[in-house]
Amino acid sequence: MGFDLPLFYLFAAVAVAASLLVIGQRSPIYSVMLLIASFVALAGLYVLLDAPFVAVIQIIIYAGAILVLFLFVVMLLNAPKESGGPWQRLAAGPRRLGAALGAVFAVELVWALWRVAALREPVAPAGMLPAEAIEPVRSIGQVLYTDYAFAFEVTSLLILVAMVGAVVLAKRHV
Amino acid sequence: MPSVTVLVHLGLVLAVFVLLLLASAAMVYAERKVAALIQQREGPNRVGPLGLLQPFADVIKLMFKEELRPGGADAVLFLLAPVISATAAFAAFAVVPFGGETTVFGLLEQPLKLQVADVNVAVLVVFAITSMSVYGIVLAGWSSNSKYSLLGGLRSASQMISYELPYGLALASVLVLANSLSLTTIVDAQAGYWFGFVPRWFVFLQPVGFLIFMIAGVAETNRAPFDFPEAEQELVAGYHTEYSSMAFAMFFLAEYINMVTVSAVATDLFLGGWHGPFLPASLGWIWFLIKTSALLFFYIWMRWTLPRYRYDQLMQFGWKFLLPLAVLNLLVTAAGVIFLGL
Amino acid sequence: MVSLNHYLALSAILFAIGTTGVFLRRNMITVLLSIEIMLNAANLMLVAFGRHFGAVDGQIIVFFVVTVAAAEAAVGLAIVIALFRLRESLDPDAFTSLKW
Repeated sequence: MGFDLPLFYLFAAVAVAASLLVIGQRSPIYSVMLLIASFVALAGLYVLLDAPFVAVIQIIIYAGAILVLFLFVVMLLNAPKESGGPWQRLAAGPRRLGAALGAVFAVELVWALWRVAALREPVAPAGMLPAEAIEPVRSIGQVLYTDYAFAFEVTSLLILVAMVGAVVLAKRHV
Repeated sequence: MPSVTVLVHLGLVLAVFVLLLLASAAMVYAERKVAALIQQREGPNRVGPLGLLQPFADVIKLMFKEELRPGGADAVLFLLAPVISATAAFAAFAVVPFGGETTVFGLLEQPLKLQVADVNVAVLVVFAITSMSVYGIVLAGWSSNSKYSLLGGLRSASQMISYELPYGLALASVLVLANSLSLTTIVDAQAGYWFGFVPRWFVFLQPVGFLIFMIAGVAETNRAPFDFPEAEQELVAGYHTEYSSMAFAMFFLAEYINMVTVSAVATDLFLGGWHGPFLPASLGWIWFLIKTSALLFFYIWMRWTLPRYRYDQLMQFGWKFLLPLAVLNLLVTAAGVIFLGL
Repeated sequence: MVSLNHYLALSAILFAIGTTGVFLRRNMITVLLSIEIMLNAANLMLVAFGRHFGAVDGQIIVFFVVTVAAAEAAVGLAIVIALFRLRESLDPDAFTSLKW
């Protein structure tokens, strides 16, 4: 199917445009909503890369849980203030310089990566569909719980620590 | 030059869209009629025979109402919120199969699967899209710039997120039994009978899982007895207080379609989908319709029979009772599959 | 056809955008959002390389990165809430009492 390249450019354009708007918005709520758009575009890219499980995980966890948490915090912290306050910005001069340096950084990274000839092969070698794409969850599960079992257990501990830490830090001390 | 298959698939997409709209209209009528019968009165009986055209009268009334927006409301987000709700509601049904393969009475050469997209991680896709519908509600609550709406929106969002966990764990128990994430495969694993007459539905192997799934589904769709966030008596109308006309209609459309989706997914996961006696596989969608309608009837029955949970009781129930029960259910199921080879 | 270079270039651009956001914004929540953009750029690169070499390990590492990002967002936002309660401001320049 010849749809790969146009779809890639579509998702890439949405992701880049949304990310640029995220860092340029005045209101944090708009930033969060634009970031959701960017994440959904990235999920589309993961589907193009034959990784449907990661795409769904991206939407469930990143767009569906982490950003909801961000949204809650923005709404709860916004409530007392009416104007000014939470979203100040740098003066125009440093802002423009920063944006220019950011663009230079982007160009530098892209140029450094583009020079490597070995990376110009197609990302999906034609006709070869790996076993992972047919039964994605089974193959991920088999490797996750054998080779990466220790990391998996440590991750559960990490989440427990984060949960306790977040509750303790944000608790209102009466 | 689009081939016949592409046209047939586009036709299927259109048919599913129209069917969902009609289902939502049917739900409006059914809700009012069943509520009336439970309360020992007649219900709608003026518009059309037996009041059957009542939902269309409601839609026409809503279309002609004035579209209001509060002064301090954020215009973009105020209009975006019902769009997100409705879009997520429709999109979740895209991966739900509602019938076996059919050739539409011999018109097509290749059998058509009655599912818009047969993804092999279908269960997770449904879960992902329903978790996106939280945004419609929380944005509606915030952008209305009113205290009732904000409270309703935040409460509703935290309720939906909290009940996603038992929902997902009940799903996981079915996945352990069926060994696949594709809804078509899960339904096909429930074909056949034990002892010749008991159908191989997962509800018989997983009764607790089914109950958890339905309870979490009711909480996810903000229906009674978990509808505190839009409780008419406490919060005016919660997150959709400031909405009128078509935006209000979109929220209600989204709510009814979410109910239909939860019932459809429960039918596929636990009640054997479109398998049933006396009908060939290509007419299985009739059985699917019957089972889903039964679950929707339970939804309506619960709303008009049970009193509403208080918000803190609701959250305690979800976190302290339902979630441990769902984890226990998953462990017992996994143990059963390993040791009994189910 | 889409080559690996395309995905790497996109990942690099997103990473640069995220970095610019971290350095330029004076609002702590937007800084945290920019960090999330950077993490996503890294995830994209991991999945692209994983697909290129036909290994599923790329996806598994992404799984862990997403989990760590969730934990980090939770704790980061709790810190932001605690700081906001102290100074009623989300500007990092309001918390300079350790400067000498």
